[in-house]
Amino acid sequence: MTRDMIRLFKVKEKQRELAENANGASHVKKQSAGELRLHKDISELNLPKSCNISFPNGKDELMNFEVTIRPDEGFYSGGTFSFTFQVAPIYPHEAPKVKCKTKVYHPNIDLEGNVCLNILREDWKPVLNINTVIYGLYHLFTEPNYEDPLNHDAAAVLRDNPKMFESNVRRAMAGGYVGQTLFPRCI
Amino acid sequence: MAAEPTAQESRSRDLDKLLLRPGNLVGPNFEPGPALRDDLKEYGRVLVVGAGGLGCELLKDLALSGFRKLEVIDMDRIEVSNLNRQFLFRLEDVGKPKAEVAAKRVMERVSGVNIVPHFCRIEDKELEFYSKFSIIALGLDSIEARSYINSVACSFLEYDSDDSALEETSKPMVDGGTEGFQGHARVIVPGVTPCFECTIWLFPPQVKFPLCTLAETPRTAAHCIEYAHLIKWDEVHSGKAFDPDDPEHMKWVYNEATKRAELFGIPGVTYSLTQGVVKNIIPAIASTNAIISAACVLETLKIASGCSKTLSNYLTYNGAEGLHTEVTEFVKDKDCLVCGPGVLIQLDTSITLEKFIDLLKEHPKLLLSKASITHRGKSLYMQAPPVLEEMTRSNLSIPLFDLIGKIPKDVVHAIGTTTKNDKKTSCLRKLRVVFKGVDGIADMDTAGET
Repeated sequence: MTRDMIRLFKVKEKQRELAENANGASHVKKQSAGELRLHKDISELNLPKSCNISFPNGKDELMNFEVTIRPDEGFYSGGTFSFTFQVAPIYPHEAPKVKCKTKVYHPNIDLEGNVCLNILREDWKPVLNINTVIYGLYHLFTEPNYEDPLNHDAAAVLRDNPKMFESNVRRAMAGGYVGQTLFPRCI
Repeated sequence: MAAEPTAQESRSRDLDKLLLRPGNLVGPNFEPGPALRDDLKEYGRVLVVGAGGLGCELLKDLALSGFRKLEVIDMDRIEVSNLNRQFLFRLEDVGKPKAEVAAKRVMERVSGVNIVPHFCRIEDKELEFYSKFSIIALGLDSIEARSYINSVACSFLEYDSDDSALEETSKPMVDGGTEGFQGHARVIVPGVTPCFECTIWLFPPQVKFPLCTLAETPRTAAHCIEYAHLIKWDEVHSGKAFDPDDPEHMKWVYNEATKRAELFGIPGVTYSLTQGVVKNIIPAIASTNAIISAACVLETLKIASGCSKTLSNYLTYNGAEGLHTEVTEFVKDKDCLVCGPGVLIQLDTSITLEKFIDLLKEHPKLLLSKASITHRGKSLYMQAPPVLEEMTRSNLSIPLFDLIGKIPKDVVHAIGTTTKNDKKTSCLRKLRVVFKGVDGIADMDTAGET
């Protein structure tokens, strides 16, 4: 790596001046390393039947997509919950941003759709992938956890009165009120 | 009798010692002399990316090191808090674009230098814009922006049929970075040194607090600020995105964080801490910027002139306790998807995507089965998930040449599985496809001879 490049620059500058009269090259979108890695994650997805992925912006815009989860066991069995994923160009250095689009009565998901899942924040590592995140989300529905609450009330009910929690979940999923909050039907 | 030295002579006095005299540590083709000094002025085009703490220093140092054709790109406007170290800016400049003011101030002070400012995002410029520079100097504070410029610079790199990098297509970069009393300077010559992506693992992951800690058990001032920023904002402003550069938004987060801190009896929430936490700011120190910039500009001068061997290839500086510097030579990732050669594949223009995918199975360097193919962010064929497979299936019968826009050569990426020691492993490979018998391709293997 020891050479003088100025002569090279000189040659290139001359070439450039000549080329400027010719038509400029047309330029297409660049592909980031994050996008490549995401393509790999997507093409290797191995999802259970209860999880579904879709690409609202078509096949060429994979950095934003949606995942639908239909739990087939547990409190949330029969419900349908949608999540949006936003993936940054420096993925997997940074975790995907995930929000729950379906308003849900859940101890680990607040009413704005924020999700408390460790691998989305403090425990994210670049070796993890989209598949692991989706499995993590699925797990939240089969094993809601009152120790990491984002919806304080739901967590307290789950801890103190699981029977009542179950009936609250059912009421919410059927499109009813729990306390002051109206939930949309998602069954 | 010697004439009084003119201002011009005295200004390049120190530079002349490097450029006009031979030496023991010079590069192999170094030819000292006034012609070299003149060529540097005429042909040394340097782009400075970022006109902040480092960018101001870089512009000044480059101008004083004999570079005359400079350009600077920055999307930010000047803020009051910049003035302590971004020394090209004055109080009356607050609110003006950094790039424009920085360019103007350096041109006022250093005669003969021309600096073209670009007040925009780095992504707003075409590749063509970046291709005209001989060297790109980076004064940035984010991984995203470095990664982007790196991918742009590496996109110019071409390889010959033996997978050797073509020197004349390499766009050198000099990257500086500072955090408080620490900093780094590195030289990136795509195809020769590791690129930014080869060593992205150097960056520690960002500290992220669990959302439930923020919501339920805040213990620090930062927890309160992140609560206001990540949770409370959405609750109150349904749908409206938080803009960290809008002072009104920042003020709102600060007020909410203060309320929360009072509720939990947590001290220490201030407006500047709020900005620091939300924008991930680490206090910048003027002298660190000056030292790192000096190292970067010296490397820029060395690359351009050959007056000395360059840094090889990563210098760290730590001025926190005494002074400590160290140079580490990182190595290239030969399979790097951004700067690596990938695998060269020659094809007929008639070959369909389906045939191409079959061919990857047989290719001795790949043995890649069930490949998905992407081209510049577009999915040409995806094996999974079913929804994408369906959307891309119709491409299988179309010639690859047509799918990538009928250009004689380009890079595509393949994702598939290979068998290694009887084990199936998945991999992502870069492929340089070249079409036979297309105009402009004859000189592919001999580029550089012209």
